[in-house]
Amino acid sequence: MWAVFWCILKRDLLLALRRRTEVLTTLFFFVIVVSLFPLGVGTERQVLQILGPGVVWVAALLASMLALERLFAADYEDGTLEQMLLTPQPLSLLVLAKVGAHWLLTGLPLVLIAPLVGMQYHLSEAQIGIMMLALLLGTPILSLIGAIGAALTLGLRGGGILLSLLILPLYIPVLVYGAGAVEVSRIALTDTEPYLMLLSAFLLAALTLAPLASAAALKISLE
Amino acid sequence: MLEVIGLECRRGDRRLFSGLDLVLGPGTLLHVRGRNGSGKTTLLRTLCGLFTPDAGEVRWRGESIRTLAEDYRRELLYCGHLNGIKSDLTGLENLAIAARLDGDPVGSDAVWQALARIGLRGFEDLPTRMLSQGQKRRVALARLILSRARLWVLDEPFTALDVEAVALLQGLIAEHLAGGGLVVMTTHQEVPLTSGQVARLDLGG
Repeated sequence: MWAVFWCILKRDLLLALRRRTEVLTTLFFFVIVVSLFPLGVGTERQVLQILGPGVVWVAALLASMLALERLFAADYEDGTLEQMLLTPQPLSLLVLAKVGAHWLLTGLPLVLIAPLVGMQYHLSEAQIGIMMLALLLGTPILSLIGAIGAALTLGLRGGGILLSLLILPLYIPVLVYGAGAVEVSRIALTDTEPYLMLLSAFLLAALTLAPLASAAALKISLE
Repeated sequence: MLEVIGLECRRGDRRLFSGLDLVLGPGTLLHVRGRNGSGKTTLLRTLCGLFTPDAGEVRWRGESIRTLAEDYRRELLYCGHLNGIKSDLTGLENLAIAARLDGDPVGSDAVWQALARIGLRGFEDLPTRMLSQGQKRRVALARLILSRARLWVLDEPFTALDVEAVALLQGLIAEHLAGGGLVVMTTHQEVPLTSGQVARLDLGG
């Protein structure tokens, strides 16, 4: 069964490798949005330290929305998605592999670039560490929840806007606890634990439920 | 083997067909005919389980395809209007992935042979977006050679193919029928299929 998972994961990574622009757009969007704030609100150290966590997380939410629309759309247009539905494999596993590839391409780069972004906001090393950890736990949730929305809006006209309206409210808990963890780490590192635990719990719930929900949504969208 | 009982499908308010009954045994080809918009593709998609009928059901070996689910899909190969191949991947990669997903991974030798037989020798490792429309169709049809599915559902398989490829596909279908397979297809071209039993179904009379 895992052979199929790897097969889809490798396929999507290979496709992204041959179409590099789509991957880089997300990353650059994130970096640019985050960099605009210090230009807009001034470079005062204290203001930036307070704004930092929230800005980074909001930018991460928006950046992850950006590539979401294409998650299933490309496969839908050339008929490969239809063929996936007709394979004797559990569709939720295939969805999980696609989401995994999507996260590796759009979520993981955000985690890796976080130190650079953190420095712009004068965050301490410890805070940057917590931010990376929170992003590492949080960005997969964004991809997983986003997949449900992408599956539901597949093939609809103006699906992009609808997708944002549908998905952004669901991202709120991740935003609250993700930014909260970084915010709290400014005062005491140990206080971040409940935030990170809650993010982990969200991640586990999303990992088990989101692929099933996306698979069901895909079946409806393809009728 | 394939049974259709009292099938009814609607698109919006329009009833495409109702009370459709069919029984297909091994080695039979069903040629579905009808005007544009008469519901041929919908029927084919319903047979695959992609579309839920409004009434009636489709059975395979006596059991509903809803309950068989993955066991049914293992024996099914559907070739629709869309080729179902990635344009950024080569023919080899496309076929290897399709075979893996179908549950019977094949060696690279088999894939090379399949592409050679379908007439794409020398085009195996080009991204399929560089190929012509007919050649892309051939890549999609090469799955017929590799697959071990019993039931082929082919929606307009002859579109974009040249004379040579049409003959090749006819040969493949004849071979499949001779081996006890089943084929359900639509085509507007008058394509003679000599072997096996040919049943005809006219939709939207």
